[in-house]
Amino acid sequence: MTESSLIQTTVQNIATALKNKPGALLPILHAVQDTLGYIPEESVPTIAKTLNLSRAEVHGVISFYHYFRDSKPGKQIIHLCRAESCQAMGGKHLEAHVKNRLGIDFHETTSDGQYSLEPVYCLGNCACSPAIQIGTDVYGRVSADSFDAIINEKKELA
Amino acid sequence: MSVTLYVPCDSSAISLGADRIATTILNEAKKRNITIKLIRNGSRGLFWLEPLVEVDTPEGRKAYGPVQLNDISSLFDANFIQGGEHPLFLGLIEELDYLKKQQRLTFARIGKTDPISLDDYLNHEGFKGLKNALNQSQADIVKTVTDSGLRGRGGAAFPTGIKWNTVLNTPSEQKYIICNADEGDSGTFSDRMVMEGDPFVLIEGMTIAGIAVGATQGYIYLRVEYPHAHKALDTAIEKAYQAGYLGNNILGSGKTFHLEVRLGAGAYICGEETSLMESLEGKRGLVRFKPPLPAISGLFGKPTVVNNVISLASVPVILDKGGDYYRDFGMGRSRGTLPLQLAGNIKHTGLVEVAFGVTLRELLYDFGGGSASGRPIKAVQVGGPLGAYLPESQFDTPLDYEAFAANWTVLGHGGVVAFDDTANMAELARYNMEFCAIESCGKCTPCRIGSTRGYEVIDTIMAGQDLEKNIPLLRDLCNTLLNGSLCALGGMTPYPVLSALNHFPKDFGIDDNADAA
Repeated sequence: MTESSLIQTTVQNIATALKNKPGALLPILHAVQDTLGYIPEESVPTIAKTLNLSRAEVHGVISFYHYFRDSKPGKQIIHLCRAESCQAMGGKHLEAHVKNRLGIDFHETTSDGQYSLEPVYCLGNCACSPAIQIGTDVYGRVSADSFDAIINEKKELA
Repeated sequence: MSVTLYVPCDSSAISLGADRIATTILNEAKKRNITIKLIRNGSRGLFWLEPLVEVDTPEGRKAYGPVQLNDISSLFDANFIQGGEHPLFLGLIEELDYLKKQQRLTFARIGKTDPISLDDYLNHEGFKGLKNALNQSQADIVKTVTDSGLRGRGGAAFPTGIKWNTVLNTPSEQKYIICNADEGDSGTFSDRMVMEGDPFVLIEGMTIAGIAVGATQGYIYLRVEYPHAHKALDTAIEKAYQAGYLGNNILGSGKTFHLEVRLGAGAYICGEETSLMESLEGKRGLVRFKPPLPAISGLFGKPTVVNNVISLASVPVILDKGGDYYRDFGMGRSRGTLPLQLAGNIKHTGLVEVAFGVTLRELLYDFGGGSASGRPIKAVQVGGPLGAYLPESQFDTPLDYEAFAANWTVLGHGGVVAFDDTANMAELARYNMEFCAIESCGKCTPCRIGSTRGYEVIDTIMAGQDLEKNIPLLRDLCNTLLNGSLCALGGMTPYPVLSALNHFPKDFGIDDNADAA
């Protein structure tokens, strides 16, 4: 099976399984992104047809929500909190360090395809600011040094 | 003899290494041939002491913290499993001042129990409120909640009982209960702690709400940033179904209530109740016009209760102990307790549940111990990114909805973020406008365009250009946002911006208070 037809089959199966839930579109988009890592543009017509929506409506929902992405992310997504509590504890310095260390800005992916960097507005870890999330793992009281240690450890494990 | 140890499963504790601590303790015990039982409890909310390890002793639970990986061997050497002396020894956990000075009603169980153990929940007063509710008429349940004086803890502080009463009295073949768990405010984490640390209490509160107003379906709209809460809720919901606390015949009463978790997708605006319902319906999270009120025409056009996690999690204790019991805490029209969250530049960050009426100063210094950096606290933002910054002159304001409103400040969801004197308030005001621009749903013009114009004009002010022209322009713009926006995002972004400008004019390049009036 080609990659494209594999995507179509996956998306169709997800859409068919969830289409009868009330307000099914968000659960479907979540399931597609959980499975594929992103929501490929070519999945939009399939989802639209299954839910009897227009493609514009589906595209509009995908583009409205910050969490949904239509491009393939790096192997791991780093969410860096920009909100007030993290700012109060040096979040801006950490942000500068992370961007410098990875050599990318927000919404970009490292050239080796390892990390994508996304801003987030609060991880609910405000008692341990500044905070970042890598994949589903949250890290608190992150300093430039501890960020480097986390990344180095991940490199060794990889 | 087996010893019971506790290491929190709360995601903030995990963010500081609690998972590794738990694994290492188990390995070390095995190596030393000691039998232990390790329970992953919720967090007590004393985050400067996390990872906090507790041990069961005949005198009560004793605590050690903050525990790092290289402390574990010495903890075993000090016989900590029987409460032995060690530099990290904190004494009996419940005797610590930070906890002792609190009035924990909603958070009564959190930190004590295994969050996903139904037995633990039942052994700690769990489901007593639901059992009482099942023996009462719908109107009586609503009356108890009204009598308690409970007001919406999400931030709007609308009386919960009145909302429930409207839904109860709106006839419909289908009604809904929505739990707003899209806790997006920076500096807040009480919803997360409840969902991770005591998910059954939320299930119980929502079930009581469903029975009270005649709703058979509930949704928890959870932000996607909370994967641990998601897992805990799903596990607890499954257990509640199996044990008959959810489903078609709750505890043999013939009543029906179903519950499902739905995930948001990183949109702050979906914490606004009408936007949240659009999102649940599978649409862009655009804010709806009100009226109609959600209580009359809400999710899928049906009567809907939308309550915050803390509001719903406070319902079981109210139904268990009575509306009067809850109402006896607090001051003025702010009844009961408020779980406050101390965050940002604070030494003792954490969860402080107290009756309304304590002052911000008590909270910051008696509980919080001052700033983490040791520098003076310059400003405190209360109530999330739409809440005002309070200068020191306002620290004696009692925590009370009306007292805060009188200052043009808000209590909101109880988030308290402290900044030391290195903070630049103009930069923060710029961030608040930028945040509004990023998160605006785009439906109304003041919020959609005003927010972008807002940070642009603050940029020119920060560059020192034409202050005499640009400061009035910023004020005028804030006035438009304040009065012309459809919802609180655009309508309240001026709170932090104007409070920064009024209280800290120097940060905007203004030498005196001439313009601050």
